[in-house]
Amino acid sequence: MTDVTDSQPGSAEAPRESIRRHRLSTRLWHWGNVVVLFVMLMSGLMIFNAHPRLYWGKYGANFDHAWLEIGAGRNEAGSRAGFLRIGDMTIETTGILGMSRDRNGQLSAIAFPGWATIPSTYDLALSRRWHLTFAWFFALGILIYLLVSLANRHLWRDIVPTAREMRPASLWETIRHHAMLRLPKGEAARNYNVLQKISYLVVLAFLIPLMVLTGLTMSPAMDASWPWLLDLFGGRQSARSIHFIVAALLVSFIVVHLLMVLLAGPVNEIRSMITGRYRLPKEKGQ
Amino acid sequence: MSRLITRRKLISSIGAGGAGVMLSGCDQLGSSEAFGEKFLSYGNWLSYRVHRLIGASSMAREYSPSEMSPNFRTNGSTEPLSGEYQQFAANSFSDWQLKVDGRVRAHRSFSLAELQAMPARSQITRHDCVEGWSAIGKWTGVPLSKVLDEAGLLPDARFIVFHCADNIGLSTYYESIDLVDAFHPQTILAYGMNDAALPVGHGAPIRLRVERQLGYKQAKFIMRIEAVASLSEVGLGKGGYWEDSAGYDWYAGI
Repeated sequence: MTDVTDSQPGSAEAPRESIRRHRLSTRLWHWGNVVVLFVMLMSGLMIFNAHPRLYWGKYGANFDHAWLEIGAGRNEAGSRAGFLRIGDMTIETTGILGMSRDRNGQLSAIAFPGWATIPSTYDLALSRRWHLTFAWFFALGILIYLLVSLANRHLWRDIVPTAREMRPASLWETIRHHAMLRLPKGEAARNYNVLQKISYLVVLAFLIPLMVLTGLTMSPAMDASWPWLLDLFGGRQSARSIHFIVAALLVSFIVVHLLMVLLAGPVNEIRSMITGRYRLPKEKGQ
Repeated sequence: MSRLITRRKLISSIGAGGAGVMLSGCDQLGSSEAFGEKFLSYGNWLSYRVHRLIGASSMAREYSPSEMSPNFRTNGSTEPLSGEYQQFAANSFSDWQLKVDGRVRAHRSFSLAELQAMPARSQITRHDCVEGWSAIGKWTGVPLSKVLDEAGLLPDARFIVFHCADNIGLSTYYESIDLVDAFHPQTILAYGMNDAALPVGHGAPIRLRVERQLGYKQAKFIMRIEAVASLSEVGLGKGGYWEDSAGYDWYAGI
């Protein structure tokens, strides 16, 4: 692989050079997480299937008010239907949530469908084994990655936005460019833009640690050892609700992340996450 | 190869086709001996070790009366159907006896009145079901340690097994805990719930409360307590009814 490709090094126009973008630690953590998150999200949905109701507070069971529920019942036409209820709002979701076709094509009552869960048919014990084993890779992964990123200054150098970038005018301009799908090119693509920095920072320093801590709060033994977990989240059932909400936020991050990879040039982006080298995208008119 | 085709290939590989292959792969992995049985049990084993390391004597949170669930649901079997149990229940368990045997110095048996005459402990704690729900209730009973001390454990006793009256599936219910949990001050044989006698639905005449573990460890309708040297002496060898029949982990602190 050559460092300089399309133009002469040091030429006045922005050269289309290949830069070192991702450290080995970032690449390892990224691809490890592709596997670990895939398992965690899908086994988590199967665990949720065992009791598809969410509560706020210290306790919550069938007699108590659930703020979110996925279930099966009869719709207004009198036929069997799946539904999602959030607060007072109920949406019929037959085919996806509450009731979906099983492997034999039979409509059966289950909160999340088999194509979204590990394993694909109801098995709380097995989904817990997947979830609680991969949880170690997930939790130790983020811990080690954050420590390494602090030590090698990756966080400060590449992720934490500068005061300048956070000025409203500059922020607004970046948002406008993204909205028009005008992604940074040439020199401007050398570093993460401020929206990338904010989203990576939120995921790394907030969402993933929150996922781990709310997960720990669901363990009765951890609650005994670290009772501050219960106080931090306002009780075990609140922690379970937050765990679910943050999982949904991580899924939306992944969707946007994949979309942006496609828009920014998937070959260059994926190659950079494998080899570490990234080709600065050509500026218009070059 | 043009970039377009590469991109198309990429999209299709992360699309429905690829996901389907990955999913059935996960099902196969999960049901395999090396991965599903062995590898996927390491997380639980590690959690057990770490919990014992960082908090063997930690206490489960106790709540105030105002924090209790207004309605504590029942779960699992709610009434043993055996004639023997029905007879005990008809007589308010006055002729019921708790047997304590296995690796103990002296086989013992206790009537309900004898258990109630022993030092008692009340605690308002949270019950967490493996399914995800929680309920807070008040439990009154005799610390398991007092009962075990009366019988005297032999040096090779490692686990305490609870044999129950309820028939679930093909066998009666049974569960087991280690000695750390057995001698934990909050581990009690509860005969009272929410300031009344323990109802049949919640495990009368006595049920186990082992507050740092999930609901399926809280054995109900206990008839006999046995001290064993190894879990291989119990049921099919995994230490409990759900452990043996459905692959639930023996350690349920997580």
